[in-house]
Amino acid sequence: MITKRIIACLDVHDGRVVKGVQFVDIIDAGDPATQAARHAREGADEIVLLDITATHEGRQTLLDTVRRTARELFVPFCVGGGIRTADDAAQVFEAGADKVSVNSAALADPTLIDAIGRSFGAQAVVVAIDARRDPEAVDPVRDAQVFVQGGRKLTGRRVVEWAREAEARGAGEILLTSMNCDGTRTGFDCELTAAVSKSVNIPVIASGGAGTVAHFVDVFGRGKADAALAASIFHFGVSSARALKEELAKAGVSVRLPC
Amino acid sequence: MRVTVIDYKAGNLTSVLKALHHLGAETVVTDGDLALVEAAERIVLPGVGHFAATERLDATGLTTAIRAAIARGVPFLGICVGMQWLYTGSGEAPNQPGLAHFAELCAHFPESKEKVPHVGWNSLEIRPNSRLLAGVEPGEYVYFTHSYKAPVTADTAATTYYIEPFASAVERGNVMGVQFHPEKSGATGLKILGNFLKWKG
Repeated sequence: MITKRIIACLDVHDGRVVKGVQFVDIIDAGDPATQAARHAREGADEIVLLDITATHEGRQTLLDTVRRTARELFVPFCVGGGIRTADDAAQVFEAGADKVSVNSAALADPTLIDAIGRSFGAQAVVVAIDARRDPEAVDPVRDAQVFVQGGRKLTGRRVVEWAREAEARGAGEILLTSMNCDGTRTGFDCELTAAVSKSVNIPVIASGGAGTVAHFVDVFGRGKADAALAASIFHFGVSSARALKEELAKAGVSVRLPC
Repeated sequence: MRVTVIDYKAGNLTSVLKALHHLGAETVVTDGDLALVEAAERIVLPGVGHFAATERLDATGLTTAIRAAIARGVPFLGICVGMQWLYTGSGEAPNQPGLAHFAELCAHFPESKEKVPHVGWNSLEIRPNSRLLAGVEPGEYVYFTHSYKAPVTADTAATTYYIEPFASAVERGNVMGVQFHPEKSGATGLKILGNFLKWKG
């Protein structure tokens, strides 16, 4: 039976983890390679590394980080942040990533999705969407808007339409982050996640808002998510992806266990 | 031990090479040097992407060289599209023949309420006596990403259920294939690659 994926996410700046899944007894808080290996060992189904380095010199650091992280990582490994061209993507793949995540560059030039998909296959292209609902809108789900630049800049695109276009252009997965829920720990935006998941035939990864195990149960059920990103969830009484998945299994969610 | 890895420009090879190195294998990569196939001790044909990309194997003469190597008894492992290539063909590219080592055709998952592609970790039901899957417990999980699949037949080494049962591994003599990505399937995947590296005629 296909299982729901728990994906560990590491935000990386200048080659160091600045925000990631935090463990109580963490030793190597800052090293992406060590943290990624540890998450994989402790049951994460996949690793996402999001580079938030803005500088040009940072690109080389990122490639070194990806190379080091990928070396001993034998679960799917996705890298995002600053990938603006098919060449950027090719370098990240060559360094050992299995997938790249594209966001604002794909909105600026949607043919980037086609280009990466053509060269590396749809399974290698994750389109990340930062979504924000306007509670005043007639239909806040259907009218949810796509933002870029960390939620500061409106693109004029609607979330569900953009997800559909991304799929049509050859995206293999959608990483949907709710800007309304992100950081609140009050739960995922299950309505919006379900709306996107039902409108495409590719997996949807839910992100933003997790605070408890029950929130994951909810997004896999009502939210129809195929996977969920775990950022700071491990503050909430579970110590690892494995422990989270054990709780999910008790709640009837199909997960990869033992792992 | 040395593994000849075939590069037919469909996706990247990095992950497969890394996993083989991790297991202590040396690798040589060829995209058309037939001497490397003629001298091969073991051959891995990776592959993500489109079945049509296997056309390159025909154009470079690799198909003929691989067929000869298989006939000599060289252990061969096809991964994902590399497994599908072992069959007569695939609905993904009906005009592109496969190796036809296995007589059947690969087909798209049927229409259903489930999403296609099949992406994620799914479990293996292992047929008895599989050497490739020795030591893998029933129900262990591996990572898939594909829209086309091979049918369950007498040569099937493992089945997986998604929409319907399909062949997640195939094995006859020295020719083996896996639909999943052993290089991305954690400890289970490494065990399977290790079995391939230890395979002796």
